Amino acid sequence: MSKVAPPILSARGVAKTYASGVVALSPTDLEIRAGEIFALLGPNGAGKTTLISIICGLVNASAGTVTVGEFDNVRDWRAARGLIGLAPQEIATDAFESVWATVTFSRGLFGKPRDDAYLRRLLEDLSLWDKKSAKIMALSGGMKRRVMIAKALAHEPRILFLDEPTAGVDVELRRDMWALVRRLRDSGVTIILTTHYIEEAEEMADRVGVINKGRLILVEDKAVLMEKMGKRQLTIQLQAPLRALPDDLAGYRLELANEGHQLIYSFDAKGDETGIAGLMRGLHAAGLDFKDIQTSQNSLEDIFVGLVGVGA
Amino acid sequence: MNLRGARAIYTFELSRWFRTLTQSIMAPVISTSLYFVVFGSAIGSRMSSVDGVSYAAFIVPGLIMLSLLTESVSNASFGIHMPKWSGTIYELLSAPVSWWEAVAGYVGAAATKSVLLGLIMLATARIFVPYHIAHPAMMAAFLVLTAISFSLFGFIIGVWADGWERLQIVPTLIITPLTFLGGSFYSVAMLPPLWRHITLFNPVVYLVSGFRWSFYAHADVPVGLSLAATAGFMIACLIVVWRIFATGYKLKP
Ligand SMILES: Nc1ncnc2c1ncn2[C@@H]1O[C@H](COP(=O)(O)OP(=O)(O)OP(=O)(O)O)[C@@H](O)[C@H]1O
Ligand SMILES: [Mg+2]
Repeated sequence: MSKVAPPILSARGVAKTYASGVVALSPTDLEIRAGEIFALLGPNGAGKTTLISIICGLVNASAGTVTVGEFDNVRDWRAARGLIGLAPQEIATDAFESVWATVTFSRGLFGKPRDDAYLRRLLEDLSLWDKKSAKIMALSGGMKRRVMIAKALAHEPRILFLDEPTAGVDVELRRDMWALVRRLRDSGVTIILTTHYIEEAEEMADRVGVINKGRLILVEDKAVLMEKMGKRQLTIQLQAPLRALPDDLAGYRLELANEGHQLIYSFDAKGDETGIAGLMRGLHAAGLDFKDIQTSQNSLEDIFVGLVGVGA
Repeated sequence: MNLRGARAIYTFELSRWFRTLTQSIMAPVISTSLYFVVFGSAIGSRMSSVDGVSYAAFIVPGLIMLSLLTESVSNASFGIHMPKWSGTIYELLSAPVSWWEAVAGYVGAAATKSVLLGLIMLATARIFVPYHIAHPAMMAAFLVLTAISFSLFGFIIGVWADGWERLQIVPTLIITPLTFLGGSFYSVAMLPPLWRHITLFNPVVYLVSGFRWSFYAHADVPVGLSLAATAGFMIACLIVVWRIFATGYKLKP
């Protein structure tokens, strides 16, 4: 029981240089655990889609191997592909087909026997059931994106790739999408999604990978990441505004804000000594009264900006 | 083996066609009728018989071959170019579908359409000309074999083409001239000796000749050669398609 479950997907040394000479992906190692939600976070052109495309068989890797389940995605491509569902970044559908026709096609293409009950549940889950006979071109952009997800799930894959599932989706629908992804995860599907939105990764992911300029800079449990990298801030609301910082407190990383009504103290949450106790004594010694104190944690966004800034 | 996958592609492609069934049937009926009105009646009445059959009857196999070639190439090239252009091909490429299953689906559907069209034209021609078919089984074999090989050829063009203009280039620049110069409307024996020799480099001559033989038991080139040429062309196309999928040429960056 103590043995760690093998990863459901692993990429080793996967790299891609396009024919144009663009190095889209430097040799990359990545392991995905069964049942997790993994968010691949990175700016435009970072190589997210390239990595996903190699795993799904849409792009030939320049180097490296990908194992899906226990199958190599080149040698045992048939078995490997059967485990994967892909909802690509660009919406691409057969405009003249009905929703129902396109999902039954997808299921058949993956060699699964017809199962109308399953497809019905799937469409209901994605709020598409009442649109099942509608032509895809008559759907809104958000609905089309859900059709893409329905197609990806039509063959009951164990791993689902969502390449920017919430691009061009309004706030409400984005919340629905998040809820859907969680339900899928609860039903045992492993989910790998890419996003530009930090809040999305923060909201949903169990683990986060940060990719920039073709390099996977970091892979970490979201919670660990936040803890490890997160700087915290202590905001002190003063009774009376200050014009300048008292000399006694010069040793602390303090800033005056809000026209002297606030003192902001930054500290490293992972350090043993936060320095808060000393600061409090210092405030007391300087005769500063305060009415409120708050601590806040840096968001993934700050971490990300820091990382990508450093990596760039 | 993923036969379900092949069948899904096949039925999907055919259902696209069935949506426009009236058009699909009317177009060949009208074009065949026009050919017979112009070539068969207007011109043919002033022409002596060719190889012992009336001119109108003589052109029946050639006309059907002509449509069979163009329809096969355009159906199959459109069928695979469309998903490539719209991006829906991602699904085929990420599916557990092998190259020959994909081919069975796409090329099978395109060939089915053109065989049906050929049969419709054959029926239409009957209204104008009382032709007869000497070797029905061989006729069917040529029909199917040609439909499959040129659908394969169209499939290759559809993958190769980078845009809709390119998709038209091969049919207009190669297929149409070859078919018109391939003896659809005349017997190779009617040409001056030099041209007769040059013509023998045109693969369509073998198709038309073999097909016409199955009707009137008279051929410009030996039937065995016709069959071998068609089969050879089909195998060549199959090898190219296999290599396309193996390397991902124009399909996978
Ligand atoms: N087919 C291709 N041919 C040549 N270069 C490509 C191709 N596809 C992607 N690239 C290049 O590879 C790099 C990585 O692109 P990729 O699409 O993987 O980025 P991404 O992280 O998905 O970006 P985005 O967030 O904008 O979707 C980019 O520089 C891009 O221009
Ligand atoms: Mg992308």
